Amino acid sequence: MKVTVDEDRCCGAGQCVMLAPDVFDQREDDGIVVLLEAEPDAALHGAVREAADVCPAAAITVHEDS
Amino acid sequence: MTLSDPGTGELHYPLPAPDPLDPPKEWAELRDRCPVARVTLPSGDHAQLLTRYDDVKQVLSDPRFPRVGGGQGARISDSGGVFDSDMASVLPQSGPAHQQWRRLVMRWFTARRMTALRPRIEAMADSLIDDMVAQGAPADLKAALGFPLPVWVICTMLGVPDSDRDKFSYWSDTLLNLTRYTREEIVAAQTEFLGYMQVHVRAKREQPGDDLLSELTTEPMADGTLLTDAQLVATGQGLLVAGHETTANMISKMVAMLLADRGRWEQLLADPSLVRTAVEEALRFDANPGIGMPRYIAEDVELTSGALPAGTTVMCSMGAANRDAGAFAGAEEMDLTRSPNPHLSFGSGPHSCLGQALARTELQVTLEVLLRRLPGLDLAVPVDELQRVEGLAVGGLRELPVRW
Ligand code: HEM
Ligand code: HEM
Ligand code: SF4
Repeated sequence: MKVTVDEDRCCGAGQCVMLAPDVFDQREDDGIVVLLEAEPDAALHGAVREAADVCPAAAITVHEDS
Repeated sequence: MTLSDPGTGELHYPLPAPDPLDPPKEWAELRDRCPVARVTLPSGDHAQLLTRYDDVKQVLSDPRFPRVGGGQGARISDSGGVFDSDMASVLPQSGPAHQQWRRLVMRWFTARRMTALRPRIEAMADSLIDDMVAQGAPADLKAALGFPLPVWVICTMLGVPDSDRDKFSYWSDTLLNLTRYTREEIVAAQTEFLGYMQVHVRAKREQPGDDLLSELTTEPMADGTLLTDAQLVATGQGLLVAGHETTANMISKMVAMLLADRGRWEQLLADPSLVRTAVEEALRFDANPGIGMPRYIAEDVELTSGALPAGTTVMCSMGAANRDAGAFAGAEEMDLTRSPNPHLSFGSGPHSCLGQALARTELQVTLEVLLRRLPGLDLAVPVDELQRVEGLAVGGLRELPVRW
């Protein structure tokens, strides 16, 4: 799995960090998403998919086959 | 009722809802047969009501469509209140300027800040429950816990002293309850609130504390400028208006939904790790979230359910969208394990709720503390005796009588 984030779309809602804190963080100064792990471990895939599904800004893209 | 026919009957909005925890019957019918429905607002103006998930999500997340107001789009009601006032018109509402303001405030609402705030919220919830228990059952859980908790939290963030929390509760209530107060009461409350906040902001400039307003007095936005006093006042005001009544009502509605079917409460007692998904499901399942979000359609747009011409005011019913079977399997069932749960209760896209991490934290903490402290919690009246609040912007229950 490969994850990308679109900082311009991100509205800083923090959903992704609440769901997968090992994969996402937020910048201290404005709350915009920071991708910590572009190729997360299999154990985290469920949480990452959920984060992408519920991100209110559709700022997270999951590429499954890589 | 039957869905009104353009030209003959008028569909008055908000729709009447017969039962406290169930949605208006029209939601399902509208989603199926009339996903873009012409409605008459309390002001007499008209809007197009959207009830399908895809349509609501598309409009809410499109940055071209601002909230109504400032003479643009239909008026919601005649009595003023948040939807019609120039509550915070000194703050930019959309576009790059809105984004700048939002990013500045956003840092106070990150998931990490919320994790840090969590123990304080928990201590507040515990102390409110201590007081409720000391008074003895039955108690009104809304007055004892749901209403004070969020205002305490916001006052803490704004550096407002504990002794002024009750005043804040009242102001916040008048600002959002379009129908419960008279125009004079609303104007008087807004004036008082504004006066208080102006003094408060000036005090924070002179003697900064460890709070959001103090930090904002010195923190430049991306373009290097500082927020003015008026903008700081509006920020504080906006946070209270946005974060108090919404969360207060959601706490009561969530607990009511969980107790209305005892099996749900027992499921959580047996497995408290379900608290997170249970909170999301309560947000989705909320049958009384208020009227929804109005949007001004600034340019022609094509939705799955039809075309909307520029100049239309739409009312996005997130509550109806959240029960769209096209988006949620078993949409009419409350499933405490549902995941993922991409409900629209916080909106979507660039305007979506800035306080959602805080709201989620408050709801999760409330539920955890209640399960731990009062496992025997139960409704003290039959479900159908619960009464809805008439406020438009945020729906809720008048009281939540409980025993334990
Ligand atoms: C910190 C919280 C908030 C801030 C700072 C804020 C800011 C603003 C601003 C700047 C305006 C004026 C718009 C303009 O001049 O074009 C406005 C209007 C409006 N706000 Fe808020 N908003 C907040 C929260 C909310 C929430 C939570 C809701 C709905 C639940 C809401 C609903 C509206 C609506 C419908 C208007 C249009 C009414 C009008 O301008 O006359 N706002 N808000
Ligand atoms: C369960 C509780 C809550 C619900 C259901 C809720 C819901 C909403 C909704 C529907 C919007 C409008 C989204 C849109 O226009 O598309 C909104 C905006 C907003 N909310 Fe919340 N909210 C809650 C709690 C909070 C809290 C606790 C705060 C902060 C203290 C907060 C701050 C805001 C702000 C600042 C906005 C305006 C964002 C903007 O214009 O960029 N909300 N909320
Ligand atoms: S959930 Fe989406 S919008 Fe929220 S912080 Fe993460 S990427 Fe940004």
